[in-house]
Amino acid sequence: MPKISFVHPGGESQEVEAADGSSVMRAALLGGVSGITADCGGEASCATCHVYVVESWLEQVGTPGPDEDDMLDFAACERQPNSRLSCQITINEELDGLVLGLPESQ
Amino acid sequence: MTAGVVIVGAGQAGAQLAMSLRELGYAGSVTVVGDEPHPPYHRPPLSKSFLDGELAEPELALRPEGFYRDRGIDLVTATAVTSIDRARNEVRLSCGRVVAYAHLVLATGARNRKLPIAAGAASNVHYLRTVEDARRVRHELAHACNVLIVGAGFIGLEFASVAARHGANVTVVEAAPRVLRRAVSAETSAYFDNRHAAEGSTVLCGRAVDEFRSDSNARVTEVRIEGRVRPVDLVLVGIGVVPNTELAEEAGLVVNDGIVVNAQLVTSDSAISAIGDCARYPRPDAGSDRLESVQNASDQARYVARRICQVDGSIADYGEVPWFWSHQAGDKLQIAGLALPMDTAATLGAPSSGRFSVCRFRDGILVAVESVNRPGDHLAARKLLARGALVTERQVREPGFSLRSAATAPRDGGTAKAHQERTSA
Repeated sequence: MPKISFVHPGGESQEVEAADGSSVMRAALLGGVSGITADCGGEASCATCHVYVVESWLEQVGTPGPDEDDMLDFAACERQPNSRLSCQITINEELDGLVLGLPESQ
Repeated sequence: MTAGVVIVGAGQAGAQLAMSLRELGYAGSVTVVGDEPHPPYHRPPLSKSFLDGELAEPELALRPEGFYRDRGIDLVTATAVTSIDRARNEVRLSCGRVVAYAHLVLATGARNRKLPIAAGAASNVHYLRTVEDARRVRHELAHACNVLIVGAGFIGLEFASVAARHGANVTVVEAAPRVLRRAVSAETSAYFDNRHAAEGSTVLCGRAVDEFRSDSNARVTEVRIEGRVRPVDLVLVGIGVVPNTELAEEAGLVVNDGIVVNAQLVTSDSAISAIGDCARYPRPDAGSDRLESVQNASDQARYVARRICQVDGSIADYGEVPWFWSHQAGDKLQIAGLALPMDTAATLGAPSSGRFSVCRFRDGILVAVESVNRPGDHLAARKLLARGALVTERQVREPGFSLRSAATAPRDGGTAKAHQERTSA
């Protein structure tokens, strides 16, 4: 199973196992990562699963679709060029080792 | 162990409260008692991606099994709270256990309103609330040719889409003159009416089922609507919910279509709060409300967690902006704020394009926004409503207006202008 690391704003890192085909958001919830709120349960409706993709993974992870792009502008923490909603990132083997930063708040 | 927080109900509200208490560092005991056999799970997908088969059952869990234990949350499933002893600050559970509380939170939720006729109990008449309900419906849908849906609210119409995509002949019967009447404007209703027709569903508004005909196996096989008899294999009833207030009533708390709470979500007993679907709370703009939504459950839970954990004893009243979402007919509908039927409407974008927002106004001021496939508008609207921005109907009707620019514009200018327009109106 691919492993994904979440880096909290304070710097500590938390690694979770992620099921192929599931979303990064769900992997975070099931792995007990506290910085992901995901109020809507992964239906791209709330923008509370905001993450920052580390530079070296940007290409692999890809860019947001138009709806996600619109929503990111209204995330609780300021949008960066590497911002994504983690419910919209589907896990595959190629994302094994992915590192994501968590915002201060959702 | 000294008494801590006891939470009745392990749905979205109850689970969120337990999690928030621990996130805020609450050190006392936290006990969550739920009557369902499962740990807390997401309900919204039950009428959408779970029925479609896109989402598997294990993925419904709010958190993994060990999560609660690891955080010192005592999660008691398949168990009901049978009584509250307010004099002793104790609750009694169906297993016989007695748990003392310093603070009790009722998050008892709601149950489906049943059809008030004998056919309501037929074996192929279904309701959707629990994972068991959804499992049964999913199983039966696989073999159903003719599906009848009673009620054109969120649940009924979400199910209509799923059933139509399964290739069933879908008929929706709604007593009100239009679909989603409780939730949206006539404009948005008309859009979804068309969308469901395009998916092949027959939506009959202002109509009721005159007769359910059952066979000897107590299955509904035919219904009569306006004199016409239609064959039926599966009936789904989505006609609203009834709040679970019995426990509160028996304990002598004030109840009025919901457990009545004050602006800090405290019941008529200062040691007992109520949150989520079961709670009737005061709203500055609309008397009082009892909302049935994930947002309401989660935000009220977070609020009560903050209130319980606060040190200085002062916390502002609960006042989060309500929001809702629904996926149906391939569209994403999102609603920010609460409109009343008489509120006026102005549409941004063309419904024929499949991407538009209907802004709703009371006394010329923006109170709610219904967005179809415009999630940016939805979040912008939530931002505007949350900060109490006075956006006028006149502003919205000006050419070039966008919710996005209003939400990102420097605040003072916009608000001052709105004030001015309001006073000159």
